[in-house]
Amino acid sequence: MKNWKKVLVLLVAVMVIFSVSAVAAPKQWVVGFSQIGSESEWRTADTKSVQDAFAGDPTFVLIYSDAQQKQENQIKALRTFIARKVDCIVFTALVETGYGPVLQEAKKAKIPVIMIDRDVQEADRALRLTIMGSDFVKEGEKAGTWLADYLKKQSMDDGKTPIDIVELQGTTGSAPAIDRKTGFANIMKQHANWQLTRSQTGNFTTSEGKAVMEAFLKADPKIQVLYAHNDGMALGAIQAIKEAGLQPGKDIIVIGVDGVKGAFQAIVAGEQNVTVECSPLLGPQAVQAVSDLRDGKKLPGRIWTIEGIFDASNAAAALPTRQY
Amino acid sequence: MAWWKYVSSRKIFWPLVALAVLMAFNLFFTPKFFRIEVKEGHLYGNVIDIIKNSAPIMLLAIGLTLVIATKGIDISVGSIVAISAGVVAMLLGGDLLGVPKYPIWIAMGTAILVSVLAGMWNGMLVSRIGMQPIIATLILSVAGRGIAMVTTNALIVWLYIKPFRIYGQGYLLGLPFSLYIIAVLLILTALVTRRTALGLFIEAVGINPTAARFAGINAKNIIFGVYAFSGFCAGISGLIVCSTVMSADGNNAGAGYELSAILAVVLGGTSLNGGKFYLLGSMVGALIVQTLTTTIYAFGVPPEIAQVVIALVVLVISLLQSGKFRTMIAGFFGKRELAI
Repeated sequence: MKNWKKVLVLLVAVMVIFSVSAVAAPKQWVVGFSQIGSESEWRTADTKSVQDAFAGDPTFVLIYSDAQQKQENQIKALRTFIARKVDCIVFTALVETGYGPVLQEAKKAKIPVIMIDRDVQEADRALRLTIMGSDFVKEGEKAGTWLADYLKKQSMDDGKTPIDIVELQGTTGSAPAIDRKTGFANIMKQHANWQLTRSQTGNFTTSEGKAVMEAFLKADPKIQVLYAHNDGMALGAIQAIKEAGLQPGKDIIVIGVDGVKGAFQAIVAGEQNVTVECSPLLGPQAVQAVSDLRDGKKLPGRIWTIEGIFDASNAAAALPTRQY
Repeated sequence: MAWWKYVSSRKIFWPLVALAVLMAFNLFFTPKFFRIEVKEGHLYGNVIDIIKNSAPIMLLAIGLTLVIATKGIDISVGSIVAISAGVVAMLLGGDLLGVPKYPIWIAMGTAILVSVLAGMWNGMLVSRIGMQPIIATLILSVAGRGIAMVTTNALIVWLYIKPFRIYGQGYLLGLPFSLYIIAVLLILTALVTRRTALGLFIEAVGINPTAARFAGINAKNIIFGVYAFSGFCAGISGLIVCSTVMSADGNNAGAGYELSAILAVVLGGTSLNGGKFYLLGSMVGALIVQTLTTTIYAFGVPPEIAQVVIALVVLVISLLQSGKFRTMIAGFFGKRELAI
């Protein structure tokens, strides 16, 4: 037994030496990336984007770790990064709380931490360098502004006649659902005649989006606008609208968020009117930020994702380049 | 009171009462709930939606009723739904012009075959290795989602193949097509279990497997068979789920369906302790579950409190189902003869 222990200790020692030398030998910057898992295709595209972007730059080495939706896995991964003395840590927080101690450790080891997409809680934000990601409130506002412009162009809104809007919310309590609702409501406040007749959760899924829209259509026959917190629900709702004998995109204006490929195809087919992009392709911007950091530049406390808005005027042209 | 005793002692009576109460609520409080129109050549209304949207749960409930009758449980059916949807979507392919990669019957056949294999895997773990059903099927419940994700490359696959729409969105003689699929499967299952001794064997295994074995019943094969059948039902359910939204989402397809289906079976009068099973009751149970969901949407219950409302209603229905509780209430009001 004792011999085995010795062998084990030796083995670990050899591994540590190797890993340290592997980090120390080249002049490359080693970046540790801890992803939360692969719970949606948005996340899959996000992971791939970061991996591809760092792989495309030979001055970087990316160590990837998948937490598989468990915080303890993620904290373990972050500790491994610190022990390996990586040059920079990039990570997406699975939940907001509980990262304080490990971020302290990173700070003590003088390893800068850049958050992607999901932030840590307020109290721990001083411990990380910056956060890059989408502004969900702004996405809701963009959707509302687009609608105001569209109604004006079609001269459907005289400022007095009520406009009936229904909303398909994302998962109850999730940040994107709360913020996208808030953003849209901000614009609604400027239009007294816009009325939100129904609002229900579709859990960000196509099948629930469809089922909820079916019930909406029966309860309220004069729905004019559908605002869905993601494209998946919008695409489900489109099928419900068709089954009701109405034309999605014409009889009912359909607004989605995310900019997935399916939504682009629906816009080209004239069944969805617009999608507000929420891009998972954070890789190039992450590489840019880490490069800036290496060059000694100061990073802003918040880096917004570059995102567009796509409707009938530009969707067809953009469709072939969509990656998710 | 003889008629009352007869009617209320039927197992199907209390599930029907629960369904009727839910419907009555809608009759009074949800405007236009029962309005049925003809649109695009088929019936259109909330009631039709309930039937159409409960189809996947009904199919799962048919398989689960037999599993639960053997004192087993299958919590992997939701994941098998995702696998089946993923397999059929990948074999049909997301071609924008609607040209299937493989013929539709091959794609659907393969999806069902894979689902049956998944069910057989469960059956093997439970009947041959002797694993506890909840653990055995938990393995596939977790791993199955992974398999579904691998099948679809962790992407949502969208289908544009028109003929495939019929299973989830099509209508025949004005009624949802899926209703006919359920009717056929239900009648076949009822015939096979009630017109032969198989149903009795299943119940015997559920009540006392050792006694059943001594009576000459091959309990192992019966148990293996019901899990394989549950996989088969989940496979068909997956096809309908995929066809309803014309897409396969490895993450979300069928997520949580196993619990709805178990609830449907239990509300239908089949006990989790195994033994007597009630296929029709399970169908009524599935309708109750779906009516509840549709009511939440149609009535406009805010999503923040919807889950609490569902929980309360399920609690009341479960109490209504319980003979012991009814006896207690009847005793409280001093009308003991009403108790069953």
